[in-house]
Amino acid sequence: MLGWQILIDGFAISSLYALGATGFTLIFGVTGVLNLSHGGLMVAAAVGAWAAGSYWGFGALASAAVGVGACLILALATYGLIVRRLQLTTKIREEEKEIFILTATLLWGIMIQEAIAYLFTNNAKTVLPIVEGVVELAGVRTPKNELFTALICWIAIAGLWLAVNRSRVGKILLAASMNPRGVTLLGVELSRVYLAVWVIYGALAGVAGVLLGMFLGVSSYSAGPLTASAFSIVVLGGLGSVSGSLIAAYVVGYLETLTAYLISPAYREIPALLLLVIVMYVRPRGLLGRR
Amino acid sequence: MNHSLRGAGFGAALAVSALATPVLADDAPIKIGVIAENQAVAGSSIPQAAQLAADEINAKGGIGGRKIQLVSYDDHSSSAEAVRAFQRAVNEDHVNAVIASYASEVVLALEPWAARLKTVMITPGAASDVITENIAKNYEANKYTFHGYLTSGSLARLVCASAKDMMVDAYKMKTAVVMSEDAAWTKPLDAGYLKCLPEIGLKVLDEVRFSPNTTDFTPIFNKIEGLKPDVIITGISHVGVQPTVQWKSQQVPIPMFGISSQATNSTFWKDTNGAADGVLFQAVSGPGVAVTPKTLPFVDAFQKKFGNAPSYAGYTAYDEVYMIAEAVKRAGSMDEAKLVTAMEATDYVGTIGRIEFLPKSDPHVHGLRIGKGYITGLFLQWQDGKQVNLWPADLANGKIKFPAFVKVGSAK
Repeated sequence: MLGWQILIDGFAISSLYALGATGFTLIFGVTGVLNLSHGGLMVAAAVGAWAAGSYWGFGALASAAVGVGACLILALATYGLIVRRLQLTTKIREEEKEIFILTATLLWGIMIQEAIAYLFTNNAKTVLPIVEGVVELAGVRTPKNELFTALICWIAIAGLWLAVNRSRVGKILLAASMNPRGVTLLGVELSRVYLAVWVIYGALAGVAGVLLGMFLGVSSYSAGPLTASAFSIVVLGGLGSVSGSLIAAYVVGYLETLTAYLISPAYREIPALLLLVIVMYVRPRGLLGRR
Repeated sequence: MNHSLRGAGFGAALAVSALATPVLADDAPIKIGVIAENQAVAGSSIPQAAQLAADEINAKGGIGGRKIQLVSYDDHSSSAEAVRAFQRAVNEDHVNAVIASYASEVVLALEPWAARLKTVMITPGAASDVITENIAKNYEANKYTFHGYLTSGSLARLVCASAKDMMVDAYKMKTAVVMSEDAAWTKPLDAGYLKCLPEIGLKVLDEVRFSPNTTDFTPIFNKIEGLKPDVIITGISHVGVQPTVQWKSQQVPIPMFGISSQATNSTFWKDTNGAADGVLFQAVSGPGVAVTPKTLPFVDAFQKKFGNAPSYAGYTAYDEVYMIAEAVKRAGSMDEAKLVTAMEATDYVGTIGRIEFLPKSDPHVHGLRIGKGYITGLFLQWQDGKQVNLWPADLANGKIKFPAFVKVGSAK
């Protein structure tokens, strides 16, 4: 009984982690940008969906769409106003740009977080659930919403996998992540590749944020921890490796759930962080990292 | 050498004059600093309600011809920022008293500064018993701090008093699990619960404490459900929306009863998309409940001015401006020691009841006196988008109602 409970709850939360981390690692893998405003974007998606539901009276699906749309716009703003500007500027030396972009996205994330707190207070919000009610699953009363969350996460991840491996755009993305110069020599405009990645990223982060708001609820405070959790999952899985991130998301999700059930909910996050420290010592490139 | 010495002497003189209590002209305004968490729902009402009180006093000509002037600071829910704001309020803005914060951690950080800078400070919303215990331990130093809201120990006693009527007597409940966030204010709260719940006939099966950063409450509710208690007694304030929403989405069949500070906010229904339905929570005020003749006029005026209902800390912050103004009048001077004595003599009917501070002999000196004739608190429930008061009976404006998934009494 307890075993089933851990299995089911862990699966839902891990799927959500996986989706959140996938976009984050994709951006890094293809464009080399560590986007530290990730948590802020996810929170914006959830709060956007919440606002659409409670201020404008939108239904659950329309609210979710507003949330994803808000995240997409913000992701493009992150790219267009911040990342791209820094990449193109000649005032900063090339080798220093990475750290400038890192800092800029961090500050941008804080700005998003503070703006949300200012406009909507820092109280937690929850997004209208698309499905309600509970089902008995192996004797465990499970909210349908929890299963729905896991399902959508997997559909999104599968969609991404198909897009990357089966479509032309996807193959260009893959090629750009391996050898950006090679791709430009083949006549592909690199900036358009980057733009495509940011669009995909915005949609993924938006879906993850809305689902998180539906399943658990978020507040402006969640922005920092969400970035940190995506970051540690991605580091654990190996920077830039999508499949590594997926595995790491499940390792972290189940480790947290096990701790919460078997030890105490108060220590939920500690074992996963310890594991991260150990991996850093023993295998600094992460589980499936290439470098 | 001579030059620099003279410079040093001049600097010292400046420093002394800056530290000394400002001697104010008779018509100088009474300055009150307000330090609050402006982005939090509970905190944002503090400066607003204080401003409302100040405007009312000033519209009637002030206190003995002296206007009330507020200086407001946002501490962004950070103790460090609150301490800096307090220093600035006293040293630069020369306030006569400070109304500060709804967070116990912040007030505990400010308490030694109220002692060092010898400035009267009163909190409209923090609950930790340690605040008043510190005053009892070192009265001469800490006497500048006043606890203008209920201590956690008092809150626990008020929850038990209502649980006796509403749960034990009405539904023959016998067992409970205490569920509290791990924070400064819940340590004395839980200690109070563990002591008073058995006294009213509720056996405590377990005490579940969790980190205030918790987002996934599934394991917590599953654990509690496994223990099969009749009721969950809550102690939550930093969290509220998330456990409530998950309580509903997982259809936990056990009622939640106790302190749930966020449930006192009028926005709680919207924030939880209606999952709040059936949540039972302690409060010092409720919509439409005339605790004293001042309650409803205050709520109306606040609503008119700011477009929303005040949070619990709004009521107390409003009263505190009046209490400070009256104390200044009684003290007849801005001397802080005299102001302390005058504050101690407070006997004021405010918006949440009759306010008297506990005397020096009490282990919770400068805390509020609770009980009949003073502050008894209320017990409310969210029903169909409204906060309905259920307790005490003479102030009730509705009957208890549970959502379909809550099985009262069937958990046994």
